Amino acid sequence: MKKVYPKEDVCIGCRLCEIHCLVQHSKSKDIIKAFKKEFPRALKRIRVEEKRPVSFAVQCRHCSDAPCVAACLTGAMSKDERGAVLHNPDKCIGCWTCIMVCPFGAIQTDKRGKRIVAKCDLCPGEETPVCVVHCPNRALVYEER
Amino acid sequence: MKSYIPGNFKIDRDADKCIACEVCVRQCSYEVHAYDAEEDAVQADESLCTGCQRCVVFCPTEALGVQPNSNPGSKNQGHWTDNDRKRVLKQAETGGVLLTGMGTDKPYPIYWDNMVLNASQVTNPSIDPLREPMELRTYLGRKPDMLEIESRDTCPSLKTTLAPQLKLEVPILFSAISYGAVSYNVCESMARASKAAGTFWNTGEGGLHKNLHGYGNNTIVQVASGRFGVDKNYLDVAAAVEIKIGQGAKPGIGGHLPGEKVTEPISETRMIPVGTDAISPAPHHDIYSIEDLSQLIYALKEATNYTKPICVKIAAVHNAAAIASGIVRAGADIIAIDGIRGGTGAAPTVIRDNVGIPIELALAAVDQRLRDEGIRNQASIIAAGGFRNSADIVKAIALGADAVYIATSALIAIGCTVCQMCYTGKCPWGITTQQPHLVKRINPDIATERLTNLLRGWALEIKEMLGGMGINAIESLRGNRLHLRGVGLTDTELDILGILPAGR
Amino acid sequence: MRLHRFEKDISGCSLTGFIHQDGKRVTGEDIMKSIACMHDRSNGLGGGFAAYGIYPDFKDHYALHLLFDTMKSKEETEHYLNQNFLIDVEEKIPTRKIPAIKNPPILWRYFLNPKRESREEAGLSEDDFVVQAVMKINSEIDGAFVMSSGKNMGAFKAVGFPEEVGEFYKLEEYKAWTWIAHGRFPTNTPGWWGGAHPFTLLDWSIVHNGEISSYGINKRYLEMFGYKCTLMTDTEVIAYLFDLFLRRHKLSIPLACKILAAPFWSDIERMEPKEQELMQTLRIVYGSGLANGPFAILLGHRGGLVGLNDRVKLRPLVVARKNETVYMSSEESGIREICPDPDEVWAPKAGEPVIAELKNKHVL
Repeated sequence: MKKVYPKEDVCIGCRLCEIHCLVQHSKSKDIIKAFKKEFPRALKRIRVEEKRPVSFAVQCRHCSDAPCVAACLTGAMSKDERGAVLHNPDKCIGCWTCIMVCPFGAIQTDKRGKRIVAKCDLCPGEETPVCVVHCPNRALVYEER
Repeated sequence: MKSYIPGNFKIDRDADKCIACEVCVRQCSYEVHAYDAEEDAVQADESLCTGCQRCVVFCPTEALGVQPNSNPGSKNQGHWTDNDRKRVLKQAETGGVLLTGMGTDKPYPIYWDNMVLNASQVTNPSIDPLREPMELRTYLGRKPDMLEIESRDTCPSLKTTLAPQLKLEVPILFSAISYGAVSYNVCESMARASKAAGTFWNTGEGGLHKNLHGYGNNTIVQVASGRFGVDKNYLDVAAAVEIKIGQGAKPGIGGHLPGEKVTEPISETRMIPVGTDAISPAPHHDIYSIEDLSQLIYALKEATNYTKPICVKIAAVHNAAAIASGIVRAGADIIAIDGIRGGTGAAPTVIRDNVGIPIELALAAVDQRLRDEGIRNQASIIAAGGFRNSADIVKAIALGADAVYIATSALIAIGCTVCQMCYTGKCPWGITTQQPHLVKRINPDIATERLTNLLRGWALEIKEMLGGMGINAIESLRGNRLHLRGVGLTDTELDILGILPAGR
Repeated sequence: MRLHRFEKDISGCSLTGFIHQDGKRVTGEDIMKSIACMHDRSNGLGGGFAAYGIYPDFKDHYALHLLFDTMKSKEETEHYLNQNFLIDVEEKIPTRKIPAIKNPPILWRYFLNPKRESREEAGLSEDDFVVQAVMKINSEIDGAFVMSSGKNMGAFKAVGFPEEVGEFYKLEEYKAWTWIAHGRFPTNTPGWWGGAHPFTLLDWSIVHNGEISSYGINKRYLEMFGYKCTLMTDTEVIAYLFDLFLRRHKLSIPLACKILAAPFWSDIERMEPKEQELMQTLRIVYGSGLANGPFAILLGHRGGLVGLNDRVKLRPLVVARKNETVYMSSEESGIREICPDPDEVWAPKAGEPVIAELKNKHVL
């Protein structure tokens, strides 16, 4: 299945991927409202790691043998038919075990309500995840390997 | 001492749109923007701004505007413009030579904008390039006056051997931009785009990085006064060798790479110590007269076994026609002439703005002089210096150029906003810098695509204009001044350009 | 640098010619009929003829046909000619008064040869010496123009419909083995006799239908070799290009035609290696000789007659053969008017020359 892969040699650390991920997961899906009017603010599911000149984006790798799926107590973390790892907030009890086992640190806490978790969902409803679309330097690619 | 020079730019941040995402903070290589956590807002130190527009382009909500600062302006803008005053102040503060980048911005006349093109109607059909063949292929190199053919009844064969030629699919090449002035990624992009488009790029005086040797068939290597990077491999790998006598941005002086930009890989390619200023000598110290040039031309021909064309590049100056004639007779296969609008990574402002002549006039004079002397076929002419679009190129070919060199337009295609700060080495677009985190900002895949797109778009436009003139092969436009007419030019200018005024 | 004041005259629009390859000489009646048939292709502002074999008694003399605006031009020209040439006969070109041809200039012909001392001093061959003289008269002597300068051939041109021009010059009294004719449709004001076709230099004569969009560079290229383009029409360059390629560079007629109507690079790429190298090099070296724009031309010369179309055939040209005669014309009607029953008729391809040789060389 297609996944998002980072290309370190052309990542410029601009963090536009983070911004657009946030907007995509906001209520209004409008960049100004998402940042200035929504409280609590939506969560971005991608994060840029940087130590100049190295920088690259980290998000859920949708591992074929996902440790988070194995560790999840309630089955909130599961794999769908294509192989993507999806998080079901209704089932999540906020034990944060998945955060501890994720080797990429790609899952984060979501303290906005039930204190559960959040992670990359490959932008359901979009043909291409928005981080890939908005990267100005093609440092994120959406492909099958 | 306290500086009396205010910031050159004013930054306008629309508070309703700014989401304090800090993209501008990270993108600005001059550290203009900064996030104030207490205020939860981004502030700007305008005094550092160079007007490069990187933040404006990258801001995801288009909240930023960067405009020139005309405050405080003198009352006498008619003679003492803000720039003139600031330059005097700068020199009073430093006692140094003012440096700048890119080509001159002084309002000298642009003759391209005073020439118009013909189209065929009624008496001659125009040709539709989308339905009929339209040929742009160009060969650069020395051509004999005539050919010797061995005529055997059914099958004539060629006796003359042609001197080495460069074969171009479009009459546009990438001009000399040195590795050092620009980053490795830019060089790689030009190399890859030349290969894709069937043309050539020029190493400038930065030498040829070893990783780019694979593109040798599309590479013209330059032998400039500093002889940076010139060794046996350099000459062996190349398709042609260019002796740089001068460049349009700074006739009379040599190249200049500030020490800040001489990093380890630059040092290795140019064969100079890290961190030292690379200032090329003004003349080649073995070319003090025309016969010395002839000696170097033939030395290079011997070194390359007469298999590669040798080009000589000069700046367009007053005596360009006579100099060009001398160069052709000295043995050059190609002459490149660079006009006053030519760009540079670093040059003294006063030289960039005041020395040299426009390429339109130089080209017309050189082409006519070579024809008057009956030697026009002995060398191809490449014209350079501020070509902005395909119409400029078509007009240059009509005046007599075989092909044109582009550099500024190529850099603009990959992001350059002509802020003229190349010499600082902090180009936030990743072009004229060697800092690794900035160099990354040019993704060679994208830049190659942009350059190939530019060449493709221009080639299609050239074909449209040729077709409009009823021509289906570019050699029928080359030097064909009857397809040009002058508008708003004096009699002398018309005479020098060799064109008729519109209406005649 | 001074530009010649050039007001472009467009070259239309009817041409026709034939050659009796066995050297049989016929009067101008047939050619006049052929061109008259295509009357509507021209507008009466120019017509002309060239004929080969018309001066058998002077076959070793250059026969200069000149037109003069004034007696002063004639005197000046004759002064120059007398200094450099031995003139054996000089006389008025016979004409008849007809209402259609108005205000003829002074028309004179000279049978001459270069003076040996003048020629040797100039260091030129006889032909080159004559070419130099023609260029000089055309560009430097006001009101004097050379209509033709070949041996045993002549050009006859005027402002009027071609059949009227033929009548004016009494072409029924001449006999030639090759005749070519042309009718013009110029798009600016009339009155310029020198602008009619054919354009000639030495034995080369050209009639042309079309417009040369590469004229500007063809002209500058020729100027490098000493040719001066003064006759205010683009056809002139074709005559000079053939002189340069055929006489001075000694290329064959097919190769010279491949310069003017160059094959496309994509076609060259498909050729066999030896031919490919030749065609590629030819095109690289002679690019400034490519004649771009629509054209159909007939090239008359002492060795025969050639017909050629531009590289994409934007003007008509039809060729026919009957026995020892080859006909070439803008329209088949022009051929059938004088040859109702040819053995074969065809339209030559773009850029492919039709070369009809004079087989009987004894007549030369």
